[in-house]
Formats: sequence, C-alpha cells, structure tokens
Amino acid sequence: MALVEIRDVSKSFRRDAEQIDVFDRLSMDIEPGTFTALMGPSGSGKSTLLNLIAGLDKPTSGSVRVGGAEVSSMTPAQLAEWRSQNVGFVFQQFNLLPALTAFQNVELPLLLTRLSKKQRDERVRIALGVVGLDDRLHHYPRQLSGGQEQRVAIARAIVADPTLILLDEPTGQLDARSSQEVLALLGRLNEEFGKTIIIVTHDPQAAAKARRQLHLDKGTFVEQGQAGAPAAVPMAAGVAR
Amino acid sequence: MKFWPLLLANLGRHKRRTLLTMASVALALFLFASLRTVITTLKAAAEFGSARRLVSTNASGLIFPLPVAYAQRLAAVPGVEKVTWANWFGGQYGDGKRFFANFAVDAKTYLDLYPEMSVPADQREAFLRDRSGALIGSRLIDLFGWKVGQNVTLRGTIFPGDWTFTVRGVYTPTDPAINDDALMFHWDYLDERNDRSGLAGWYIMQIDSPDNAPRIAKAIDDLFRNSSAPTKTGTEQAFNASFATMWGNVGLLMNTIGMAVVFAILLVAANAMMMSARERTRELAVLKTIGFSDRRLFGLVMLEAGAITITGAVLGLGAAKLLYKSTNFNAAGFLPGFDVTGPTLAVGGAIALVLMLASGIVPAMRAARLPVVAALRNVE
Repeated sequence: MALVEIRDVSKSFRRDAEQIDVFDRLSMDIEPGTFTALMGPSGSGKSTLLNLIAGLDKPTSGSVRVGGAEVSSMTPAQLAEWRSQNVGFVFQQFNLLPALTAFQNVELPLLLTRLSKKQRDERVRIALGVVGLDDRLHHYPRQLSGGQEQRVAIARAIVADPTLILLDEPTGQLDARSSQEVLALLGRLNEEFGKTIIIVTHDPQAAAKARRQLHLDKGTFVEQGQAGAPAAVPMAAGVAR
Repeated sequence: MKFWPLLLANLGRHKRRTLLTMASVALALFLFASLRTVITTLKAAAEFGSARRLVSTNASGLIFPLPVAYAQRLAAVPGVEKVTWANWFGGQYGDGKRFFANFAVDAKTYLDLYPEMSVPADQREAFLRDRSGALIGSRLIDLFGWKVGQNVTLRGTIFPGDWTFTVRGVYTPTDPAINDDALMFHWDYLDERNDRSGLAGWYIMQIDSPDNAPRIAKAIDDLFRNSSAPTKTGTEQAFNASFATMWGNVGLLMNTIGMAVVFAILLVAANAMMMSARERTRELAVLKTIGFSDRRLFGLVMLEAGAITITGAVLGLGAAKLLYKSTNFNAAGFLPGFDVTGPTLAVGGAIALVLMLASGIVPAMRAARLPVVAALRNVE
C-alpha cells in the first residue's frame, strides 16, 4: 500500500481577478521507504504539491491520503497533531529560530510530546549525532555555517521519528560541498533508517540521489527513474504521545 | 514548564524593547498605586473618628475662634461626658521648609479623649506637669532627631515670636489615620503669651452614645445660636471629612490621571507585542509546520504578553508598596497612614491582567490564524 496517495487533485489560486490553475486532476503514489525527487520548472507546482502532502495547504478538489489518513479533510487542529507525529519538513532557508540554540531548535517537535526532559535530551542528542553535529549542541544558528544550519534543520525534521520527510529545495542555499554533505545525509536517512523522503529540487545532483525522479510540467508528471525501497529501521524507540 | 526556554528566547530577542515595555508597565502601575493610595488615604482620614466624639467650630468658619468659656456650658449639655479644646498654632521650625502640624491643646482632657494616642505613662506625666512641655509624634521626633528633654523653638506665624518648648514625650498613634507628624503643647502656655486670651480653635466632646449625636449636636448649636460666636457641631468624622473635601474632587482627578496613564501604557505594550509577533511571522509559520496548533500558538503569544505585563506589575506594585512602607512616606504630614493597601494591589493586578489581554489578544489571534503557506511565501 502506498504511503502517499494523491487522487484527482486540482489546485488553483486566485490572484486579483485572475484564476491560476496549478494542476488539474493530478494523481500519484509514493511507496513507503522511497526517496523521490520532484523536479520541474518554476511555477510548475512542486512546492504546492509538497505543501498539500504536508497538510499545510488544501487542494481545490481531490484527495490526499498519507499513511491511510485523509489529510485533505482534516481540521487545522487535527492537521497540527498529525504533522507533529508523521511529517518532518525542511525548508530551503533552513528556518531555524535564531533565538534558540541548535539543541533547542531540534527539541521543538518533542515539546509537543509527553516525553520527559531526560527522554527529550536523549532524542535530541541522537538526532544531532545522526547529522554529525553533536559537538554544536549549544551553538546559535548565527554561529553555524549554512550547511550546518541545514543539518540542524534536518535533525529537527527527524527527531520525532516521522514516517515522511519533506524537503523543499534543501540545497538551494548551500555551496557544493555542503550540498553534498546534506545529500549524503538524506541518502543515509533513506537507506539506513528507511525514511520516506520527498525532495523538491532544481539541482540535478540532488535529484540524482533520489531513486525516483518525477518531473512536474504543465500539471502532469513525467517519471524518470524508479528503484526499490530499503527496509525501514526506526531511528529510536517510538515517541510517546 | 517545557515551553519556558521558547518563551524566554522570544522575550530575550529584543532585550531592550522587552525591558522598556516592562518598565513602562511597572511605571504605570507604580503611578496608579500611588495615585489610588492618595485617594484611599484621604478617604481613611475622612472616615476616621470616634462615633462618640463631636466637634464644635465657629459657625462662621474654622479660622474664627470660640470663647474658652464655652467649655463649662458644653460640659453641662445632657449627654456630654468630657470636653476638650485645641488651637491651630501654625509655627515653623528652622527654615520652615519641612511643614508639620502643631496645636495648642488642653493637655489633660485632650489625652483623655484620644486613647488612640499612645504615650508612655512617665512621659505623659512629665508633659502634663510642664507648662512649656511638648508632645511629639513618633515620626516627627525621628525626622528631626530630637530627644526627650531637649528644647525646641518654633517661630510663630499666627502668634508672632519665638516659642520654645521642652520635649516631654512621644506619642504613637494606634490608628494609622492619626497624624504621627505633629507637635502638641499646652493651651495654657499659648493663652498666657497671647494678646487675645481666652479663645479656643475648636471643641471636642465625648458623648454618652453615638445614637444621641444628632440630638446633642443640635442642643449645642441651639445653646449658642444667639451668641456672638454661634457654633457648628457635627461628628468628628464629618469634621475630618470637611478637611478631605478641601482637596476638591481630588479622587476623580487622581482616577482620571491614573487611568489615562494606564491606557497610554496599554497602547505601548500592545504596539510592542504587535511588533514582536509581526517580526516573527516566519517563525510562527515554521512552528505551525512542525505541528504547533493554532491554540498553542495563541497561548504562547498570550503568555509572552502575560510575562511582560505581570512582571511589570509585580515590579511597579511591589516598588510602590515597599518604597512607601520603608520610607514611612506621609507627604509631610498631609497624608498620615499613607500605605498601598491590599485592595489597591488587587486592582493593580486586575489592571495588569486587562493589559495582558488587551495587548496580547490581537497578536495572539493573528498568530493563531496565520496561513502557513502564505506566511512562508511572503517572507522568503
């Protein structure tokens, strides 16, 4: 059974008096444990699709199901809880909270759980260890390089052990070396921990890391690569809710 | 509380702005507490007075005296148990910059009528024995550093000349509404040096029952109605209240100023909270992406508003309470018993809560209703 099921999804925006149709009756499946790259020209609707999968936006019509849950019909409160348990989101501009340390930024999703302080500390250290920043726990974002910031953002996305990690142009602000580090990390998360990853990117190198590449153009998909999914391995024990 | 670091981090983002906003709230509530305490102190002074004491003044006004010969006739009025009298002296000490009340009183009867003035027995006796002795309020003697047995000279303004008294005792009020910032001396001493002798400023009578006060007051005024110095008699409470009303409608003025200050600070605090939330639009959107619900973000922003206003309130109200208490402030004797009361602190706390709600509600609702995608798109 697919982890992400998109069925006949249409999305249109209204800008002033003009209606802009991003896509019309789009359908796709994403299997659990896969690493998928969404590519396409600017304005093709890649980020919009990512937002729909994350429940940050609602389709004009159609159905978005993730892990069997009908995301498109949830209330805002249900979506918030669902996101906190099932989705890790990484942005192009890192979006760390500048007033918090790396540790505190990564801890944010765990504040929504019933974990004790000690359990949270342990989880945060594991997540920062996975991204190779366990020596930067108490650094503020301004004290980190762009690549390190993005790795902290990835640690924040994985700390609650979500099923699905969504990344919107995660290497868009990084130099070549930092991009490679981040892509290698994403590959590890997919291969070693079995995380399902969907990445929106313009970067061919980033797309090449994915086993499956989908090109979105004029509202339709063109598939370019397909490979099997590795077996899932949980990062840590299940998060208490 | 696990959200505490997040709250502290948000408050610490613009430390100067947060501290200035807290200081504004603190100052506003300090001023509010001070102004309200002026009102409550005046009110307490106006309400002070034994129900068993009547005061007679000249019907033409307090500045006009009454013959001291009235004392015996007053004592004879049915229901009157004791009679005493006093004169406003109006002397100045030193350079006269520090005002304090000073009275000539008929010592023995005056102290009998005012058990609220506590005087050690030996000092009371010493004062009664010495015709030029003076009884000093506990605050006043501390203020000037006088000692019992020391001579103190006042310069008369109503009664010209230098008047030297020997400090014979210290009185301590058992009721905070009684002025502890005054000097009292023997009426006999004033009378013998005065060109116009035999005059009393006002009379105070102890009566048998508060229920008889209207009847006795009428009897007294009827007694002197056709004399050259008719009286106006009322309860001691009404007499004290007449002093309070000399301030005019000061309560309304104080309340108006206090509320205006609080309202001005409300705008400052609301503006600071709005700015803070607007600057963090992207961060709020990120928190929603992570899974923070609308309700939780609403609560976090309200908590920030609460942390600023409640801290400000604790500082402002606490400072008012401690400052006036520790300095024993009484506005140079005009406001005896000046102390920020529990109800004033409670009203101040309620104002802080209103400030919190009014300054936090709009940014909190904006945070809760923030559309994530639009917020991220607009700032990226």
